[in-house]
Amino acid sequence: MMIYADVLVIGGGPAGLSSAITTAEKGAEVVLVERDDTLGGQLVKQTHMFFGSKNEFAGSRGINIAENLRKKVNENDNIKVFLNSTAQGYYDDGIVGISHHERFKKIKAKKVIVATGASEKMLPFPNNDLPGVYGAGAVQTLMNVYGIVPGENVLMIGAGNIGLIVSYQLLQAGVNLVGIVEADSEIGGYLVHASKIRRAGVPIYTEHTIQEAKGKSNVEKAVICELNDNWEEIPGTEKELEVDTICLAVGLKPISDILIQADCEMAYAPQLGGDVAVRDENLQTTIEEIYVAGDSAGIEEATAAMLEGELAGLSALMDLGISKKISKKQRRKTKENLASLRRGPVGRKIREGLKITKEGNDAGKNRYTHIR
Amino acid sequence: MKRLKKHPVLDFERGKKISFKYNGKKIKAYKGETIAAALHAAGVKKLKHSSRLNRPRGLFCAIGNCSSCLMEVNGIPNVKTCVTKVKKGMTVKEQEGNGDL
Amino acid sequence: MLEKTGIPTSDEIEEVSPSKKRLKSGPVAIAECFRQIPCDPCYHSCTAGAFAKFGDINNKPNIDHDKCTGCGVCISNCPGLAIFVVDYNYTEKKGLVKIPYEYLPLPKEGDEVVGLDRQGKEVCKATVEKVEDGENKDKTFVIWLLVPKDKVMDVRNMKVGE
Repeated sequence: MMIYADVLVIGGGPAGLSSAITTAEKGAEVVLVERDDTLGGQLVKQTHMFFGSKNEFAGSRGINIAENLRKKVNENDNIKVFLNSTAQGYYDDGIVGISHHERFKKIKAKKVIVATGASEKMLPFPNNDLPGVYGAGAVQTLMNVYGIVPGENVLMIGAGNIGLIVSYQLLQAGVNLVGIVEADSEIGGYLVHASKIRRAGVPIYTEHTIQEAKGKSNVEKAVICELNDNWEEIPGTEKELEVDTICLAVGLKPISDILIQADCEMAYAPQLGGDVAVRDENLQTTIEEIYVAGDSAGIEEATAAMLEGELAGLSALMDLGISKKISKKQRRKTKENLASLRRGPVGRKIREGLKITKEGNDAGKNRYTHIR
Repeated sequence: MKRLKKHPVLDFERGKKISFKYNGKKIKAYKGETIAAALHAAGVKKLKHSSRLNRPRGLFCAIGNCSSCLMEVNGIPNVKTCVTKVKKGMTVKEQEGNGDL
Repeated sequence: MLEKTGIPTSDEIEEVSPSKKRLKSGPVAIAECFRQIPCDPCYHSCTAGAFAKFGDINNKPNIDHDKCTGCGVCISNCPGLAIFVVDYNYTEKKGLVKIPYEYLPLPKEGDEVVGLDRQGKEVCKATVEKVEDGENKDKTFVIWLLVPKDKVMDVRNMKVGE
């Protein structure tokens, strides 16, 4: 039995929700597929107030933005939602298979928007596989979704926005955060986040790394040390910390599986987290039916994800011939908003990465040619 | 690890109290929690052993990406306990190696 | 350096601070936001028009301290919790600092707490003058702390007793 749609959106996080709402509001028949049992993606764990502009919910907490978007989706009859459903593949005939409650279903959509988000990077160090070592997302899930404290004495690895934000959330949960370790010489995240952590008395050790974790069946200690200008460990600078939890916030990479499998041309853009789909400024990939938005298009943050979701949705609508004139005007505005968000110093990395996504590169092409 | 009762931003509306068995022991949980989260709250952080070197493993990503949390649930091996909700009367066991399909 | 430690230098603090004269003539807001990030809710929240309009969303906040009434609406609207209101002459003997607060337990009015500086160091005793639900009505509380006058530019957090 085939399910037909104008637009299939794979992923129900901020980008996917935004795509679904944008296209459905203009009358497109939309199917939204989400592997979790709730819509919202990473928004459901974000207890902090968002930055950005008023239109993109600045000042609202992520959890409330999720609720807001979820409501819009549920109230729109043009959107059919499949929860607990994982996209299995994009097949030759443009059909996407999904597993829905362990049953295989087929979806034939005119346009597909991939918004599958990101997964966490790992850091190699001895005993990094011990219970007690978590990705930052896992700590957020435990604390903010289930209200379960991950541990009593935590060491955070990484002072990017995720490391800083999750650190603050740990403090809010009453956990003892012994410190944040950052290999770079500078704090990578917003400095206002860092200032909150410092005035709570938590040290941030820049140019430090974790050398090893110690423990039998759980983390019991962590050994950190200083790094020199060549990122090499400086012997004699080891410090042993009594911790039962080590939280890794060392970066995200796009979940690109279905894009690769669908034979989209890929590019390697380290500024965007790794392998990303080559696409034009309208977020259309090298496969005509497929668009990409959000972290799966390149690691950024939720506000950009929502705007990209909107952009991909508007592009899909225009290419379908639905509400062409209105969509064109709206799309120009959305692109302006995205550009404005990325114009400042914190957007520099993104702008560099985006240059690569337009041109592609050999690293991206050669890595996946063997799959077909 | 304890369950938070109060939080500065969040209100935890926990579902009905239910229980399941882990390695023969009765574990308390709330409807809506995942198996791995409930085990965590009960102080169980070791969920399996690695197949070659028998190293202890536990929750890592909590979102179904990494496979560090695979356990045998109701006789079925390799269940991602971090994304599987607890059901009343479930039997959860630490599995042997990669599990028998 | 701010990028290494998360702590601003005294020069950076002075750049965003009101004049000594203004500091002594009533409550005034200080936005301790020192770098350009895409963010502008502070400007939208101010009812006195004291924030300069953001030509670009990445601009740093710019408070006209003469227009600012020190009402504190901006405190709970700043996603970075980077805005504080300071009143040097709150009373004859004490100064006042209004801080954003998102932790438990919340103190009660009249409680004795410890004033912490930007490094989390204990710098003085403080008395809780008021506990306000922030204007954004979204769980960001604003705590009014009575502190020694010479500490109004240092106290930016507090430690609540057991």
